[in-house]
Amino acid sequence: MGEVNCPHMRLMSTPPSISVLPRPGSQLPSTAFKWAAALAAATIVVLIVLVGWELYVGSRQSISMFGVPFLWSSKWDPVAEKYGAFPFIFGTFISSLLALAIAVPLGVATALFLTELAPLKLRQPIIIAIEMLAAVPSVIFGMWGIFVLIPWLRDHLFVWLKHSLGFLPLFQGPVYGVSMLAAGIIIAIMILPIITSISREILRSVPDLQREAAYALGATRWEVLRIAVLSYARRGLFGASILGLGRALGETMAVTMVIGNRPQISASLFAPGYTLASVIANEFTEATTDLYRSSLFELGLVLLAVTILVNIAAQVMLKSLAGSGSSKVA
Amino acid sequence: MVASPYLPAPRYARWRKWKSIAVTGALVACALAVIAPLFLVIFFLVARGYSSLDWNFFTQLPKPTGEIGGGMANAIVGTVTLLAMAAAIGVPIGVFGGIYLAEYGSDRANNWIRFAADVLNGVPSIVWGMVVYLFLVVPFKGFSAYAGGVALGLMMVPLVMRTTEEVLVLVPQSYREAALALGITRWKVIVVIVVRTALKGIATGVIVALARIAGETAPLLFTALGNSFWSHNLKEPISALPLQIFAYAISAYDDWHRQAWAGALVLMALILALNITVRVLSRDRKIAP
Repeated sequence: MGEVNCPHMRLMSTPPSISVLPRPGSQLPSTAFKWAAALAAATIVVLIVLVGWELYVGSRQSISMFGVPFLWSSKWDPVAEKYGAFPFIFGTFISSLLALAIAVPLGVATALFLTELAPLKLRQPIIIAIEMLAAVPSVIFGMWGIFVLIPWLRDHLFVWLKHSLGFLPLFQGPVYGVSMLAAGIIIAIMILPIITSISREILRSVPDLQREAAYALGATRWEVLRIAVLSYARRGLFGASILGLGRALGETMAVTMVIGNRPQISASLFAPGYTLASVIANEFTEATTDLYRSSLFELGLVLLAVTILVNIAAQVMLKSLAGSGSSKVA
Repeated sequence: MVASPYLPAPRYARWRKWKSIAVTGALVACALAVIAPLFLVIFFLVARGYSSLDWNFFTQLPKPTGEIGGGMANAIVGTVTLLAMAAAIGVPIGVFGGIYLAEYGSDRANNWIRFAADVLNGVPSIVWGMVVYLFLVVPFKGFSAYAGGVALGLMMVPLVMRTTEEVLVLVPQSYREAALALGITRWKVIVVIVVRTALKGIATGVIVALARIAGETAPLLFTALGNSFWSHNLKEPISALPLQIFAYAISAYDDWHRQAWAGALVLMALILALNITVRVLSRDRKIAP
């Protein structure tokens, strides 16, 4: 038979001598290493539970005292021991939405500029500059806000807005400088890097075929961007904005320094406000009673719940996109 | 000349062209507006902070309220101490977790862990402060450097874990197969071959995480608390540059504002230095594995 003549077969049928094989050592180090790795990975899940649980424990007293109406009660009076979250929820959402209104158009436009327009040599320096912007700590933005941005806003932009758009209730009332609008602008600067970089990735994943087809039909550059690129990337850009919202909601230090820290609800964007994160930062160490501290914990719990929900929404949105995008390309 | 019925009316064509040019201009303006704040912040940091940087700033303790002078020596040392403690917690857990994700985990488990890491990444930093406050400050009856270090360390974990996983996955499968074929046990393959090959990438991830937490203020407010003096042991409250900058920036004294700018300049320089290290390290990362 052929097998007998095949040299390889002969080689393989020779039983290997035992001494060539590594001696079967103890499995212990391998198993220990694997379990150490698994334990570290599990820490992440434990941490999530820990964060939620600790905040719940901290806020139990407030939850049993005020119940669900805590969320829409707008009285925050530590002296009378009356606590309600609404002014802070309001402030958090308004400042974040303002930030999105500023940052999303700017971020998407910059991403468009970087993927579609900028000369190749210019792209990398701009990308690095945007990454550096992301590296500036919140407290430095806050300080810059107090000493540079706010005086400028107060003396120029706000005056101008009041003068030209003063008929809107949004731009009425006294101008202090520290305000909801100032907070929105500072947050916008801080979330621009993430919105820009995610948008850039989304735009880069738009197939060139899209653009070429539109150009071939005689579209101008703007028409190509609008019809072929932006409409294709719409869902992804929405996901990027939601991710930016997640960041904006939890922004603490810079906001605390420029928003004015007053628990009030005002139609005017020139009026001071307060956010969930900044009231915690300001009042936590001065909370003298247990109920006061517990209410602050409940604010933290609300903040955590909202940011986690928003982040999950963004993740799901971007992930489903990655799935459908790749199948589309294929 | 008769206009061709197949081409749009010239006036409309011109309008389309102008609109396109206008949008192009607007995009350029937006890009400039986005990077302008970086230069404005750095300009003011240097313009206002540089003149206040002197020998005293780096060697002296803060002066009591109302007295001119003094420095932030304790805050600088405090920041370095806190970063070291954070790294001691965040790096092992993060790297081991990354190893699990890249080398051991099933797809299902990995998806959950990655998801959890992304969620943790989105937890606002102030919330970390509150959690560690309940976890370490209340039981041990006092603000401490330990609590601050733990808060920052826990924030590092998901960051380091994800970057470690990303670089480990880049190590070619054939390296592992070759090593395993030589009869080397799994964990030794991972430590000696895989991690070793990706070491630069892992280091880069760690530095990125350090740069991210170096400027964090919110998680330290009710853990490390801050301190106007030297901390003699880690059970005491400790100062940190961001805390000191915050306290001085919202104070009412011009001299403190001056020092806050100087402190911010030092902090920014530290963070930029970390970022530049990352750039240098990752310049040839693609060639390494």
